[in-house]
Amino acid sequence: MDITFLLNGESVELRDVSPTATLLDWLREERGLTGTKEGCNEGDCGACTVMITDGRGARSLNACILLLPQLDGSAVRTVEGISGPDGTLHPVQTAMIDHHGSQCGFCTPGFVVSMAVAHLNGDTNHDDALAGNLCRCTGYAPITRAAEAATNQPVPEWMQDTPPASLFQKYPSGGLGGRQPPSISAPETLDDLATIYAARPDATLIAGATDVGLWVTKSLRDLDDVIFLNRCTELQQVEETDDTLRIGAGVTMDRVLTAVKDLHPSYAEMIRRYGSAQVRAAATIGGNIANGSPIGDNPPALIAMGATLHLRAGDHRRDMPLEEFFIDYGKQDRAKGEFVEAVTIPRHAPGLKVYKLSKRFDQDISAVCGAFDITVTDGTVSAARVAFGGMAGTPKRAPAVEAALTGKPWSEATIRAAMAMMAEDYTPLSDMRASAEYRLHAAENMLLRYWHEDQGIASNVLEVSA
Amino acid sequence: MSIAKPLPHDAAHLHVTGQARYVDDIPTPKGTLHLTFGLSTIAAGRITSIDLDAVRAAPGVVGVWEAKDLPSDCDCSPSAHDEPMLSGATIHYFGQPIFLVAATSHLAARKAARLGQISYAERDAILTIDEAMAANSRFEDGPRIWEKGDAGEAIDTAPRQISGVIEMGGQEHFYLEGQSAMALPQEGGDMVVHASTQHPTEIQHKVAHALHLPMHAVRVETRRMGGGFGGKESQGNALAIACAVVASATGRPAKMRYDRDDDFMITGKRHDFRIEYRVGFDDQGVISGIEFQQYARCGWAQDLSLPVADRAMLHADNAYHLPHVRIESHRLKTNTQSATAFRGFGGPQGMLGVERVMDHIAHDLGLDPVAVRRANYYAAEVDAAPPPPSASQTVSGKMTEQDIASRGSEELVENTGATAAVAEQTTPYGQIVEDFILHEMTDRLLDGASYEARRAAVAEWNAGNAVIKKGLAFSPVKFGISFTLTHLNQAGALVHVYQDGSIHMNHGGTEMGQGLFQKVAQVAADRFGVPLEMVKITATDTGKVPNTSATAASSGSDLNGMAVKAACDTIRDRMANHLASLHQCDARDVIFADGQVSVQGESYSFAKAAQLTYEARVSLSATGFYRTPKLSWDRIKGQGRPFFYFAYGAALSEVAVDTLTGEYRILRTDILHDAGSSLNPALDIGQVEGGFVQGAGWLTTEELVWDNEGRLRTHAPSTYKIPACSDRPDVFNVALWDGRNREDTIYRSKAVGEPPFMLGMSVFLALSDAVAACGDGYPALDAPATPERVLAAIERVRNGV
Repeated sequence: MDITFLLNGESVELRDVSPTATLLDWLREERGLTGTKEGCNEGDCGACTVMITDGRGARSLNACILLLPQLDGSAVRTVEGISGPDGTLHPVQTAMIDHHGSQCGFCTPGFVVSMAVAHLNGDTNHDDALAGNLCRCTGYAPITRAAEAATNQPVPEWMQDTPPASLFQKYPSGGLGGRQPPSISAPETLDDLATIYAARPDATLIAGATDVGLWVTKSLRDLDDVIFLNRCTELQQVEETDDTLRIGAGVTMDRVLTAVKDLHPSYAEMIRRYGSAQVRAAATIGGNIANGSPIGDNPPALIAMGATLHLRAGDHRRDMPLEEFFIDYGKQDRAKGEFVEAVTIPRHAPGLKVYKLSKRFDQDISAVCGAFDITVTDGTVSAARVAFGGMAGTPKRAPAVEAALTGKPWSEATIRAAMAMMAEDYTPLSDMRASAEYRLHAAENMLLRYWHEDQGIASNVLEVSA
Repeated sequence: MSIAKPLPHDAAHLHVTGQARYVDDIPTPKGTLHLTFGLSTIAAGRITSIDLDAVRAAPGVVGVWEAKDLPSDCDCSPSAHDEPMLSGATIHYFGQPIFLVAATSHLAARKAARLGQISYAERDAILTIDEAMAANSRFEDGPRIWEKGDAGEAIDTAPRQISGVIEMGGQEHFYLEGQSAMALPQEGGDMVVHASTQHPTEIQHKVAHALHLPMHAVRVETRRMGGGFGGKESQGNALAIACAVVASATGRPAKMRYDRDDDFMITGKRHDFRIEYRVGFDDQGVISGIEFQQYARCGWAQDLSLPVADRAMLHADNAYHLPHVRIESHRLKTNTQSATAFRGFGGPQGMLGVERVMDHIAHDLGLDPVAVRRANYYAAEVDAAPPPPSASQTVSGKMTEQDIASRGSEELVENTGATAAVAEQTTPYGQIVEDFILHEMTDRLLDGASYEARRAAVAEWNAGNAVIKKGLAFSPVKFGISFTLTHLNQAGALVHVYQDGSIHMNHGGTEMGQGLFQKVAQVAADRFGVPLEMVKITATDTGKVPNTSATAASSGSDLNGMAVKAACDTIRDRMANHLASLHQCDARDVIFADGQVSVQGESYSFAKAAQLTYEARVSLSATGFYRTPKLSWDRIKGQGRPFFYFAYGAALSEVAVDTLTGEYRILRTDILHDAGSSLNPALDIGQVEGGFVQGAGWLTTEELVWDNEGRLRTHAPSTYKIPACSDRPDVFNVALWDGRNREDTIYRSKAVGEPPFMLGMSVFLALSDAVAACGDGYPALDAPATPERVLAAIERVRNGV
């Protein structure tokens, strides 16, 4: 397909780009812009971080799993464009030199871009802004000192990018925008998406490509029938009512985080840890649900909240409780040509707690992710919804645990009785992330943590200081 | 003066602007081929058939090589000549290269390599320490054993005895830049190789061997690496050889870089160890005798495992005087990646063994672990002159196994000379500890970090909190500096002064981020009394300085700084002599300072002085050479002086542990580290901060998991978790000790690359301390202390095991 974007302030138009061409390869191999590095080729190390500006503002993204068609109508800034056209250093670059923030230098361009994006957006939570950039040399201390030192410096004028009109907008009917082969689509409306997907139900839907990108870079798959969702703005809406939030499947996780930050702080904190800034800015809630992973982090939280999933095939829509979508490992209740349109969650779930357990706090896949929404009325558990990821072949509710809680007095004895039921609900597996025994034990203890937190007992290791 | 200034890394500006060039960034000539290995999918067995037709037919493929197609065995080993680049028959590990694909792009080569059809006759793999011991699968004939005194008797007659075992995992280097190399064919069959390597001479040697060329026909250049950490001491050999073979066969340039997953699957990592101990001590915790059994899982090939295991033995004492000691070391051969050099080179593993013992003794006696450690420290530094070096050594002619510039090679020492008698203040290997400064360092660190008050505060917290427990722990480091293969302790340099006064500096050390080039440039600028900008730092090049040692063993600045100093002084003396002759004065009256050369009241710019010297037909180019003095070592007996000196450090870390899940945070770390009289305190502190976090990562979240088939399951950053930004301590105070090296090193500085790595042990010990607060049992925590292992230890402690 044909695309256009700004690269470090200069317009680029590309013809017939492959749907699996990554921005990283194009930058390094076609443009000779070798400042952007390949560290892992799976979106985990951040050495390839670039700045992307579009209608939603500026974000950092991993170029290694960013497919060229996703860039149409955006502005790309690589490390080469972080300093000014005349070579003037950006304040974060100067600070990195002054504070000895680079050693081997290989991760440095990615850090510089992430820092420059955070600086542009006024984000001063450096640990979070840099969670997706790995450094093996410095121990991070000098890098965060540099980020802090640059905080109050003005944003250089060259950092303000105005994204161009996409070729589709430029040539709305036919013309260049119509040149894409029929097997590559980028529908702009939900109706178009539904029609196209109904006609080509074997096509791969691509939103943020944080998962599909790995099919390309690691499984080396050729995708010849693809539908890009990034242009479908109707899929990217968050609609609020008095009682609910309806989140479009194409809403990225950074926007979900913003939307739920005040309503569901525990869920929001889980989202913060679920992926780095680069991943949150690309990954979508619909993708995280639809790929059916047993260790996806959103489903347990959404199930505990009682979320409703909205599916669509052609003109036919249907709704279901989210937990019913996950039938078995690798199998979801989704017909051919049917796609996830949105998910609706309650605005109010005061009893909701979400606990993510992984070897490392940030940017790590969960060994276990537990979500609890427990309602206590007059000292008695009036309702309990408990769901886990990482404990079965699918994200799954815990009926025996819920039954052991519901109708019982809100007490440690009740909690301990419910903990004992965890083994009724789950038979987890052992893998490189955790053993079955640890998963079960930790899942039981998460219920105890819920109790402790409710009782005001310090139980969050992230909130302790020396 | 450029010495001791906190100057930035020489390439900092290039780093932050993306201009710093790594091997994969070098513009490639037209027609360059890209290479990928096809890998085995079993851990042990034999190849029964190979069908590569689909590989050859894949788009973009230009050539495919099996073992039988190679010009030689293309040995990649830095030691025992036991690593053919491609396996032709026997499979030794899951991920072993079997064939080589050359294609017109990196992606085309990777795609094609997946199409190989290989059949195997599998056999049972030896994967674990227990399996290797049961099968007596090992390198060397039996365990290496070093003894001092009578450990068994001393333990048996001591007032108290304990025994135990600690398992510690390996570690993936995770250099951000993966392995890479590029070969450019030259006229007459010569080869130029760009390699991301800590050891250009080794690449030169291995490429020459593979192509049946003399070493003079191969030139290797390394400007910088994107991290090395020991992982690029020998592990880059295969890529460079592959590139050279393809370039030689096709006449086209060839480039190879491992995809990250391939890098994990193919290359060696830190050795995992099991250490068993039995110790006898008194009621104050003073050790009278100790026995260690060290089991190192070395993987399928010898690589550098013998000196790694030696260094583990050499650090079994860490900072503690062990009057009677026996150390038994098993170097086990397994069907896994060949474990290799990694920052500390076995030292961390050996050291963690004795630190575990200190903790265990303190727990057994109910004493403060700091008190137990101090009670066992070596005695303080004495000012008496050190004894004269022992009789000079002669090296026998055994070194026919070619690779004499590698740490994996062997040497036989005929005359072990005088070694210290077994007495106070000798290490288990008989070296007298002359420079022990940890008493004062411990005092200063613990005072500055309010140890006593915080010990009480932690106890108070733990008494009042059931769920989150805190832990606090101190750990010292004493690390031996020198290659234990004595002849490697040499370095060369080449310095040119041009007629405009600009200076071209070159030496055998490689830059992997540690700031070596800047430190050595500071030396050169200081010798000539010129601003640093006058000194051009140039890529390491085997055509400029030959026969170099790996940039390893923390030796970079010590060795190359001295060699550059020698070269600079030679030129400076020539300039001084010429100017002195012009002025009819003594050369000693010619002063080089502030960019000027002053003589008898007249001042020349350095450029003018260079021009005058040139016009007088005096050479402005010189080589420099350095060999470390005082070394004398017999590794078989375990006797002598393997180390020129020791570098010291001390750390105190506080952690918080969630007793429900085993999750934890590092709340605060204070470090005092000894870099001698630092050449560049900013770069040295960078090494300390980074080394500490990497060491903490080794012992906490970095877990390598192999499945029952011998397949590494943690082969990318999605599954192998190095510390992220928020994992560094919330409060992180790092300071340098303000001493100077008592030995005559470059400006009295000390090596700083590896020692701080081991300060990360304070985190591991603090976790153990927090776990111990959960009950009466001893945690006996294994490493890495993932949340899962921490929770299991908590359960043990609660059950009083």
